[in-house]
Amino acid sequence: MPKPEILDPQGKAVTGALARLGFAGMSVRQGKRFELELEGEVTEDRLAEVRRAAETLLANTVIETFNVRVEATPESPDEATETEASEKAEFAARAG
Amino acid sequence: MGPKVGVVTFPGSLDDQDALRAIRLCGGEPLSLWHGNDTLDGAQAVILPGGFSYGDYLRCGAISRFAPVMAQVIKAAESGMPVLGICNGFQILCEAHLLPGALIRNDVRVFVCKDQDLRVESGDTTWTSDFTAGEIITLVLKNGEGGYVADEETLRRLEGEGQVIFRYVNGNPNGSFHDIAGICNERGNVVGLMPHPEHNVDPLTGPTQDGRRFFSSVSNFLAAKV
Repeated sequence: MPKPEILDPQGKAVTGALARLGFAGMSVRQGKRFELELEGEVTEDRLAEVRRAAETLLANTVIETFNVRVEATPESPDEATETEASEKAEFAARAG
Repeated sequence: MGPKVGVVTFPGSLDDQDALRAIRLCGGEPLSLWHGNDTLDGAQAVILPGGFSYGDYLRCGAISRFAPVMAQVIKAAESGMPVLGICNGFQILCEAHLLPGALIRNDVRVFVCKDQDLRVESGDTTWTSDFTAGEIITLVLKNGEGGYVADEETLRRLEGEGQVIFRYVNGNPNGSFHDIAGICNERGNVVGLMPHPEHNVDPLTGPTQDGRRFFSSVSNFLAAKV
């Protein structure tokens, strides 16, 4: 997500469009979501590596913040080891 | 023959040929460099040109910053070689952390293409020594993601250390903090700016020839060195 102090022209454009469509009182900031499929088990070490990848390439920490969240892949929801880690950048439109 | 100035071509670079031509017109020896090579071929200075390297995928400059040639550019920049990033090149220098801050989408949300007035804030870099602080010049500006941003502390440092070298005047075209159009590193050998000096070297095609002095500045610097 763009940091709060960074202007978000895309979010502003989307906010304007929503208002024009009658969706009142919604303010949008726009970020990115990356889905990383990991081979093998998701260990702490592996997650640290994902964070390093996010810091190195996926996000520009000068202007963006990021979160890493682990999700199970849809095909195997009960096997916790087969997971998909996604760099989830608080993508959802924030209310209010 | 003047100094050897290299221009890196990335996939998606647009202004590499104009930069090479500008170097030649201003008395230097242009040297074409390829992003995939890990050598600077004896270049004495390097320009990262404008364009849309790697399609601007991910973020402008984010992928180019890891091109093989960039490892050499970063090493050379850190040891004092003059490096100039124009537009997309400026974005690459920020992504490579050779310059602080970042460039984001223009606040006006459209691609801006115009002759832009700038105030020279510092002639104290390897690329701007032929300018005088305070003078107003005009260069072509053309970009979609030219809004310069940085945190308060970085901005204070840039202002305090005289690292803001060009500022937009007669209107801020893209929402850049402090009207910043170009900055340099602490040493003054790495310069990045959004406007295009290489498009302002020929009376036939440029609104001015103010761009020439970037190339003469670096030539003088390199000539004085040997």
